Amino acid sequence: MTDELQQQLINDLLIESLEGLDRFDKELLALENHAGGAETMNNIFRVIHTIKGTAGCIGLCKIESTAHVGENLLSLLRDGKLQSSSEMISALLALSDALRGMLRDLEASGTEGQRDHSALLQRLRDLQTATPSPAAPSPAPNAPAAFGLFADTPADATAEIQLRSAPEKPAASEPAQAARASIADSAIRVDVVQLDKLMNLVGELVLARNQIMQNTTQLDAAALLIASQRLNLITTELQGSVMKTRMQPIGNIWTKFPRVVRDLSQELGKKINLVMEGQDTELDRTIIEAIKDPLMHIVRNAADHGLELPAVRAAAGKPEEGRLTLRAFHEGGQVNIEFIDDGQGINAARVKAKAVERGLVTADQASRLSERETHNLIFLPGFSTVDKVTTISGRGVGMDVVKTNIEKIGGSVDVQSSAGQGTTIKIRIPLTLAIIPALIVTSGGERFAIPQVSLLELVRLESEDAHKKIESIYNAPVYRLRGQLLPLVDLSRDLGLDGRKSASADGAVNIVVVQADGRQFGLIVDAINDTEEIVVKPLGKQLKSITCFAGATIMGDGRVALILDVLGVAQHAGVISEVRDHGIAGDGKAAEKADNRQTLLLFEATLDSRMAIPLSMVARLEEFPRSSVERAGSQEVVQYRGQIMPLIRIANFVSGAEAADSAEKDPLQVVVYSEGGRSVGLVVAKISDIVYEALTVQRSAARDGILGSAVIQERVTDLLDVPSIIRSADPTFYKAGVN
Amino acid sequence: MSETKQFCTFFLGDLIFGIEVLEIQEVIRYQEMTAVPLAPKMVHGLINLRGQIVTAIDLRSRLEMPPLAEGQLPMNVVVRTEDGAVSLLVDEIGDVIEIDGDNFEPPPETLHGVARDLVDGVYKLKERLLLLLNTPKTVNFSTHPGSDTGSRRQAA
Repeated sequence: MTDELQQQLINDLLIESLEGLDRFDKELLALENHAGGAETMNNIFRVIHTIKGTAGCIGLCKIESTAHVGENLLSLLRDGKLQSSSEMISALLALSDALRGMLRDLEASGTEGQRDHSALLQRLRDLQTATPSPAAPSPAPNAPAAFGLFADTPADATAEIQLRSAPEKPAASEPAQAARASIADSAIRVDVVQLDKLMNLVGELVLARNQIMQNTTQLDAAALLIASQRLNLITTELQGSVMKTRMQPIGNIWTKFPRVVRDLSQELGKKINLVMEGQDTELDRTIIEAIKDPLMHIVRNAADHGLELPAVRAAAGKPEEGRLTLRAFHEGGQVNIEFIDDGQGINAARVKAKAVERGLVTADQASRLSERETHNLIFLPGFSTVDKVTTISGRGVGMDVVKTNIEKIGGSVDVQSSAGQGTTIKIRIPLTLAIIPALIVTSGGERFAIPQVSLLELVRLESEDAHKKIESIYNAPVYRLRGQLLPLVDLSRDLGLDGRKSASADGAVNIVVVQADGRQFGLIVDAINDTEEIVVKPLGKQLKSITCFAGATIMGDGRVALILDVLGVAQHAGVISEVRDHGIAGDGKAAEKADNRQTLLLFEATLDSRMAIPLSMVARLEEFPRSSVERAGSQEVVQYRGQIMPLIRIANFVSGAEAADSAEKDPLQVVVYSEGGRSVGLVVAKISDIVYEALTVQRSAARDGILGSAVIQERVTDLLDVPSIIRSADPTFYKAGVN
Repeated sequence: MSETKQFCTFFLGDLIFGIEVLEIQEVIRYQEMTAVPLAPKMVHGLINLRGQIVTAIDLRSRLEMPPLAEGQLPMNVVVRTEDGAVSLLVDEIGDVIEIDGDNFEPPPETLHGVARDLVDGVYKLKERLLLLLNTPKTVNFSTHPGSDTGSRRQAA
């Protein structure tokens, strides 16, 4: 056998076996919880059998013999000659770890390693000779009925049938086939590097497409125009498909959690029921990688600190078994992950005391913190409430690392807790990092991209207003944005581009309102160009330490533009000074208000009917000339960003079609709502304002598409129920969006 | 008998430098660049090399030499590094030459300053001396010097 072939065989063994062992763990836990069907035992057996067979084939004796001992025990279990016990499951899980260890050694060094597993093997052998359970060799869980009915049937009869039918699937001659069969027909394995390369190429194609689109619009060649439009559509679709190949269900990293929670609960003497919802929520591979450790940390934390011991729970009148729910779902182009436990919650007094003790806040500051602000203290570096360090958590890698890691990929973490009731940790992360929507601005003669996630709104001050409205406090310019002071940063001056500043022609001032670390501030730029989907490219290491830039991208004309890191700019300009300290106070305040306040978009559906929707549901505000409205069947549509976007006239839902026509102006004012990659345009009469207000919704008489009414800016305003309106106009929207 | 190696040569002022060809990805004409605010002076800008973003380092500035005369455009020597491609801006490109290892000597003790760190040695050619540039060291410099604090002062 050539070396190359041997290496190939080993690689296949590694991939297959490591996957198999993950399945093995999962099925064992199912078996322990009596959740598995008749197939469970066979699956478990098959994994070990396959490893034994393949390892034997390529002369890996140690793995083969270890697997063999496990197989012996499993075959007794499968045939019902032994009953599974918690002890046995633990031993089998240990076996799985041992095999994994050897496989890892094999991967790293090419040998099976020097680890000694004789104690484990002895333990497995001992278990084989353990007294068969008194319930006699009752086989798979679906068989006992027959056994009970015919008491005189020899006990072995059922077991024999089981024996005859079961081994047919592992098909002794082709051990690997059975394990593969289920996925092999519909999926192939692709090297991740290959996918990354593909993604890169698609990124290039998108750029080339943008360049062509930019040039062809200025030409008068019909054939070229048609071809370039086709190119545009195909590229968009290709980009979507390639992005999809990189998507992985979040369940891939969750599969490890049941095992972790089980081990933890045994170690700590706790009873924990782990519930997972939305495992199939998909995320980009790079993001999955980035959140793996933070998520694990949160789960460990919840099991270790959050949930109490059974006795404590019982005393508090709660069921002995603690509940930890993991939930993932898509919302507004982002992925939400929630960790909900019904444990003791965060002890605010203890958190404060600890924070003061560690010198993170002063006693005076601590006494003035609200409950919410107190909870957010756990994200400060160096914070830990545990008095004793356990092996599980409290070793200094704290929630601050979780927060930093999540924020690094443009996400946010929030914690809510009520003493005695439990804690909820909410994480919001973007779907992908590779291609992001961004606003392109010009400052000091250079173009910069500002990621849409940190963008709040744009304000334009006409020249005569500009001088009056920009006030300054000791040379620090501020602007009153709806009554709140907004610190301003002149981008070109902050970046030292002063000399090249091209005076804005009309003297108007453009302010880009952005948010970083819970703080809002305004960036003054020379011009605002457009929003674009940009491909994020890393900067060379010579420039990594300039925190103002998150990367670079290539614009439609082929030139490079830098992507601003809003947090970095804020720090550089001194908007966020004592980074964390201040940040958390700001965070807390913003969050506190958010309890009952939210940002709303106010608009008029028909003349004089004020309506509002949460700004978080708005993807964009657009204007379309009436002439661009086309029809697809009975549906009004417009072409929008390479897609066909249906239009829904809100007025029709409120007061009938005639009213709609008279109220809507040309161009049409459209609120774009996006979900799962699809968009819908809501046609309104007039966009009025954006407000940040407390909402007290009063349920009004049931009207379709209206959630209720509230008083906003001292006027009665209807709250639009966007999902219900979309559903009634296009029942397939949400279903199609999910796919 | 030591082996012969091929070197890509280029000029900076009246000096001739060499980098082993295996380290060179390509040589391209001067391109429009995007300046990087706050970056050290020796970072001339960013270029788009077929979709890859490459940092262009002004080699004159890196070696503490006076800037190129106004109106003269430098060339990009794109080298492969651990961190991806980096472009070095040079005055002019020379030939690729083959040199026998016997002609090599470590830099003379009298060589001072940055050049001492970045020049690995000297190849004695018939007519002149070829300075062997250490590319990993050349592209490896931290960002803090000067410019950052400078603009902070401006902002304040």
